Amino acid sequence: MRVVGLEGRGGLGEWREAARRLLLAGVPPEAVEWRQGTDASADLFDQERGVSEQKAALKDATPALTVPRLFLDLAATAICHADPVRFGVLYRVLHRLQRDRNLLDVATDGDVATLHALAKSVRRDSHKMTAFVRFKEVGPCGDAERRRFVAWFEPDHYIVARVAPFFHRRFFDMDWMIATPRGIAAWDGKVLEVSSIPGQKTALSDDTEELWRTYFSSIFNPARLKVRAMQAEMPKKYWKNLPEASLIPAMIAGAEASVVAMGERMARDPPAFHARIEAAANAPRDAPPPLRGTLEELRAEAAGCTRCPLHCSATQTVFGEGPADAPIMIVGEQPGDQEDLAGRPFVGPAGRLFDAVAHEAGLDRRSLYITNAVKHFKYEMRGKRRLHQRPNAGEVEHCRWWLDLELALVKPSLVVAMGATALFALTGERPKISDVRGTIRRSEHGPAVFVTVHPSFLLRIPDATRREVEMAHFKQDLAAVAALAAPRA
Amino acid sequence: MKKSLKERLAILSDAAKYDASCASSGTVKRSSADTGGLGSTEGSGICHAYAPDGRCISLLKILLTNFCIYDCAYCINRSSSNVERARFTVEEVVWLTMEFYRRNYIEGLFLSSGIIRSSDYTMEEMVRIARALRVDHNFSGYIHLKSIPEASPLLIEQAGLYADRLSINIELPTDAGLAAYAPEKRPAHIRRSMGELRLKIDEANDATLQTKRKKRFVPAGQSTQMIVGADQANDRVVLTTSARLYGSYGLRRVYYSAFSPIPDASRKLPLIKPPMMREHRLYQADWLYRFYGFEIDEITANQPDGMLDLKLDPKLSWALANRHFFPLDVNSASREALLRVPGLGTKAVRAILSARRLRRLRLEDLARLHVSVKKVRSFLSTEGWTPNKLIDRSDLRSMFEPKPEQLDLF
Repeated sequence: MRVVGLEGRGGLGEWREAARRLLLAGVPPEAVEWRQGTDASADLFDQERGVSEQKAALKDATPALTVPRLFLDLAATAICHADPVRFGVLYRVLHRLQRDRNLLDVATDGDVATLHALAKSVRRDSHKMTAFVRFKEVGPCGDAERRRFVAWFEPDHYIVARVAPFFHRRFFDMDWMIATPRGIAAWDGKVLEVSSIPGQKTALSDDTEELWRTYFSSIFNPARLKVRAMQAEMPKKYWKNLPEASLIPAMIAGAEASVVAMGERMARDPPAFHARIEAAANAPRDAPPPLRGTLEELRAEAAGCTRCPLHCSATQTVFGEGPADAPIMIVGEQPGDQEDLAGRPFVGPAGRLFDAVAHEAGLDRRSLYITNAVKHFKYEMRGKRRLHQRPNAGEVEHCRWWLDLELALVKPSLVVAMGATALFALTGERPKISDVRGTIRRSEHGPAVFVTVHPSFLLRIPDATRREVEMAHFKQDLAAVAALAAPRA
Repeated sequence: MKKSLKERLAILSDAAKYDASCASSGTVKRSSADTGGLGSTEGSGICHAYAPDGRCISLLKILLTNFCIYDCAYCINRSSSNVERARFTVEEVVWLTMEFYRRNYIEGLFLSSGIIRSSDYTMEEMVRIARALRVDHNFSGYIHLKSIPEASPLLIEQAGLYADRLSINIELPTDAGLAAYAPEKRPAHIRRSMGELRLKIDEANDATLQTKRKKRFVPAGQSTQMIVGADQANDRVVLTTSARLYGSYGLRRVYYSAFSPIPDASRKLPLIKPPMMREHRLYQADWLYRFYGFEIDEITANQPDGMLDLKLDPKLSWALANRHFFPLDVNSASREALLRVPGLGTKAVRAILSARRLRRLRLEDLARLHVSVKKVRSFLSTEGWTPNKLIDRSDLRSMFEPKPEQLDLF
């Protein structure tokens, strides 16, 4: 039996050295007895040293030991654990890793599971240290300007060195010291000092604690008492160093009474200022309502449209936009995801495509009135995505109310129907778009309707060559529109 | 007489406690070692204390003021309530945040407010606080600001430059509910501001050609809260609304807040204990939707009244209604299928997938992954274990239901 004594205060180095030597000497895990700190007597060290000297001579001749990266991370964490069992578990896993390189992938293996459990306990302790350290302010030192704070904390494991960098990142502009029974960390603006010497608890008071205690008891909702949930996350062992914890027993004891008192307190008449606020709210607004019979009025009215159920799940009504005297009106199907969020028609991918092609065809978007047959986004949820759904005849029918009013106000000389839904809304016809594309249809008592495809159709064509052909065709269509509108302009 | 800071802190934190959100996670990493100031964010949040209501205290959650010109029935701060009123100055909020932070009490600030004078005036004050913390005090901790309804988009945009997270509460699952309880709030406007914020966040995340860097804008995204149990909406309605909010506005979180009795309650409200178990089940269902590949319809399909089963968690409840799906072979089933096994979480599934490439797994292997063997064994077959007819047993449900409490002799 080989006895190895380690100081074991959270550093990986000493264990790593010892484990290397043992592994190179071919010592199996069951032949090692690991001891920690005061248990490890001097002669045991000597015995070990003998081995190390032998091995040091061998070192250059032996191939370097390798381990997976994950093992080093796990070992650096688990070594901070206070349980002496950690040395042996780590060595056993290290030993087995030499033959089974994928051992760490098997979380169901007994040794691996134990190692993970040790590391997890250290991580939790470290996390609780970042949470439950409470600094108290101490007076400045001499005439230095930096403020100074100290804390006392009692961790389960040797984690001070591991957690100190967190406090360094967080409290850079002040001096601080955290003392624990397992070591001390301190920052003075220049050096982060960490030692494993046990610290001393000092009695200090800090006036701000009273405000913190006030906050702690006021943010508590007595109607939701869940003491077990609290203790699972803030175990009692931490309470003695938390300034707020002494309030807890009284808060629990008084919870029920305060809920009962809350229930018994009858609703009283509202305070005086409530009447003033209500009066002010009911007073006429400053902004005049939009002029009757204008697009602005129509837009304001449409914003509150509930003619069909689509408004329930959409963000907002997406009304048409453009000059009130535009010679050309473009009509699409319905707003999509981006349009729904932005509240403007044709601003998503299809809209950008339309803008680009229209520009090439000699049409300036700013001179067009652009709108949709249906003014709310219709979609279904697929996982976390909103998938566009084609509006049905009923929805188009309901929304024609707005389209007809837009047509009546703008009075365009030419309307462009992009896609089947727009064509149906404008003419009541449902031919195949490919049969009527590029032709002019007459709406019942409205202006001429030029038919083309919806730009989103172009975006959905997977084949690049075909897409180019269709793009060119679409551009031709828009150029034809520009030519048709030109004589009047 | 003017109330002391301590008295006002008591009033304005009491007024803030009905907002469930306390997260300080999901933002970018910052460190005072880089800025020379105070504060850091580490990616994951830290809960610095827990109150006896089981809720974590991560942020200093306060209102700037609890005066309010709105009269929302469910709110302790509505204008018709006789609750004591108070107000902080901008400087006081900044001071409290910095001093609490220095003592490691908190991760940062979660500031909300009643609406005074106007939405814009209130929002402007809140932006001043966030700016003072970031710019004047070089503060790198976490800041969550509540957007004030109807505040101008310009102010929201400024707030987004300093805050890690912005949120605006949808309050109730249906527009009709909101109209009945919060007459001044306009659901369409709340949705519109969520939509606007989403577009701005997306835009900031698009690396620009010039800088190839993302702009920092609300890095922890937006969230919202729904009150559960004040109106009549059932769980299916609540969850469908959540799914829509997640999908439409890219929310990081929807918080569910069991309606809790408030002092000086409006006569419009039910006098009930907060439905805590219902709230818990909604969070579980929300998780199934976000991390386990369940659709909302699946979760609520077997519930005739649209309410989640209070006795069983929603995954178990789904499994019992879909027994044809089981048993699954732990050594061959897909990730998606394993995620549907009651008792297997995302971590356990990941470990199973990794381990089974090298070993045939047995029931006792699962125990080492901290999986409840008692729970999973009805739904899984493993090396050396087949759940025989267990899955067909008619009393399977009762095996999982909580045992009736024993009555005491009197």
